[in-house]
Amino acid sequence: MSAGGITAEPPVAAAPPASGGEGKLGRYLMVLVFLGPALFMLTVWMVYPAVYTIVRSFFGPTGFFGHWAGVSNYEQLWKDHNLRTAVKNNILWVAIVPAFVVAVGLIFAVLTERVRWSVAFKTVVFVPMAISAFATGVTWRILYDQSPSTGAINALGRVVSDAVSPPGVLPSALPSTPTLQQQSNGALLLRTPLHPGDVARLGLTAIAPTDLPKSAVQAVDPAAKQGDIVGVVWRDFKPGGGKPGVVEKGELGLPGVTVELRSSGGKVVQSATSQANGTFDFTNVPAGTYQTAVGAKTFAKSFGGYAWLGPTLITASLMIAYIWIWAGFAMVVIAAGLASMPRDVLEAARTDGASELQIFRRVTMPLLAPILSVVFVTMIINVLKVFDIVYALAPESTQQNANVIALAMFNTAFAGGGNFGVGSAIAVFLFLLVIPVLALNVRRFKRDV
Amino acid sequence: MAAAATAAEIPAAHDTVSAKILRGVAKAPLNIILITVGLLWLVPTLGLFITSILPQSALASHGWWQIFSHPSLATFSNYRNLFHNAGLVTALKTTAYIAVSNTLLVVILGAMAGYAFAWLEFPGRDWLFIGVIALLVIPLQMALIPMFRLYDTFGLFDTWYGISLFHVAFGLPFAIFLLRNFFVGLPKDILESARIDGANEIVIFLRLILPLGLPAIASLAIFQFLWTWNDLLVALTFGQNTTPITVWISGQLREFGSSIDIIAPASFISLIVPLLVFFAFQRYFVQGLLAGSVK
Repeated sequence: MSAGGITAEPPVAAAPPASGGEGKLGRYLMVLVFLGPALFMLTVWMVYPAVYTIVRSFFGPTGFFGHWAGVSNYEQLWKDHNLRTAVKNNILWVAIVPAFVVAVGLIFAVLTERVRWSVAFKTVVFVPMAISAFATGVTWRILYDQSPSTGAINALGRVVSDAVSPPGVLPSALPSTPTLQQQSNGALLLRTPLHPGDVARLGLTAIAPTDLPKSAVQAVDPAAKQGDIVGVVWRDFKPGGGKPGVVEKGELGLPGVTVELRSSGGKVVQSATSQANGTFDFTNVPAGTYQTAVGAKTFAKSFGGYAWLGPTLITASLMIAYIWIWAGFAMVVIAAGLASMPRDVLEAARTDGASELQIFRRVTMPLLAPILSVVFVTMIINVLKVFDIVYALAPESTQQNANVIALAMFNTAFAGGGNFGVGSAIAVFLFLLVIPVLALNVRRFKRDV
Repeated sequence: MAAAATAAEIPAAHDTVSAKILRGVAKAPLNIILITVGLLWLVPTLGLFITSILPQSALASHGWWQIFSHPSLATFSNYRNLFHNAGLVTALKTTAYIAVSNTLLVVILGAMAGYAFAWLEFPGRDWLFIGVIALLVIPLQMALIPMFRLYDTFGLFDTWYGISLFHVAFGLPFAIFLLRNFFVGLPKDILESARIDGANEIVIFLRLILPLGLPAIASLAIFQFLWTWNDLLVALTFGQNTTPITVWISGQLREFGSSIDIIAPASFISLIVPLLVFFAFQRYFVQGLLAGSVK
């Protein structure tokens, strides 16, 4: 292994390179060659700017001289409405997201240990890590669309909601005469008091032809019956208009409508469903005064979709997308920790008759704790600096509601803000938040050495 | 002896078959849960892809999942239009320049510094290394404003190499940290015998350290490449007309609904490259991840 004539120094007996023949100067020159370029980059792009930003944060928006601002830039963090929102939101991010990521990652890591195709599962869950947070933002913006016919999540919501509480047969219907009154829960109450032997006429309008039940036939004005309260629910409208409150030729009965008979106290004593011709019959009604109403269920609207990107939900929506990205990271790191678990300890616990749950709580978790805390701390840092996904996923209209520290810093200093003083203060604030982690890193290194 | 072995194995085999079936039945719910979760995890990316092959007119009234009942809606015209879009092609080139150049530089400078920290003796080495570790957590927000001014002065603003150099600097602390720790673990005697043989440090670095350090270097390179390919914030700050693909797409976000036929396919193109890199070098990626967080 002679180095092709580059050096001609004699072999040294003592191994440490310190005693080489080049002398101190030569060795330091070598250090400079290896270390110099990196140190130059770090100094110019990191150390100098960090110092500059700290100093800059005490000066006004445009320059140094004569613009001393004291701590007023920092006061903006809670005085300025947008900045306050950003800080509040970031607190929520830190409080919620790291815990969720660790929990989801832990569950996935433990569960995948028990199946054969764990590699496939891990790959699928890990893929979002390779994709830019920006593209993820675009992706989820498509999923979060508010209309259940174009947004996948709300479409799923509609399927579930329709199964749990099916939409009414007549979601859009309105009363045809003022004798029918809409109640706060959506039911339509016929104000006329009824006694056994009376006929109730419940006329409805504003029903789109497409909403008409297919089985509907010509409405029939029922004949009064002794001891019963009978009635009709019909579409009180025909092409050309018709006379409100009167069942006429060409007007259709509304089948499948739930009609309630209420006592004078408002209690539902009977309910009936209308026939194809719209008629219904409450039989054997004891003497007394009653009212009828079309139940609220008839008018229940179909699920309209949640505004995932609206001002209230936007931060929650962002967090869900963010957890989708990072769960894979937590899972892979935790799974590696599980794999390196000392098998003999686990075996010993099993031999001693500990249950799987006991082993998990008493053996696995304590051994895993350092790894969980590393993932947790990493996530806190990531979450403090969250930017791309908010920028891409939150529409302009709700971006202020979704504001976070990094986004506020960018918008304050650049993107038309142009306030370098407050921008620097926000950056320093962010830096102060991560310093505890810095201390942690240095401590860990010192321990290792 | 063979017969005895077979005889002994028969009941055992019988046992495992029934045990296997039992275990399989017991694990069915777990498998179903994991399959469901896995599919759920795929849905967003699948949704983006399908959206990218649907015409704007269809997307106004149809959800992307309806392609399964109307497969004829699919079209590649979005992609065709996009590749005739000069803006996108330029943005893709810029992204590649930035990602490749800064990855190369980070690997070279990081390996050199990592070697110095691991194997060269000089006063204050550990303190300097602690300084580098401290730099690991400096948020890049701390550098945006001063570098914005400096770039303006030195003509680096709105250039791909300006953006690239910024990434180099902020990639270096992790690179040095990762490679130094890897190099320290290399067998000491190989290095020392090379030194005794009279090999100069540069030769040792090129002939020994780089080849031996390849696994760590690969991890680092993949990380740095993905990180910078996917960057938004740095390019948003230091680019104006020279922008990578993320920034180029973000310019269309204002009209999300009406530009979806550009946004969706462009986003999908932007994630194809990282995805390919990830699948090709998955092992190194995970190794780097573990080195970075668990160490």
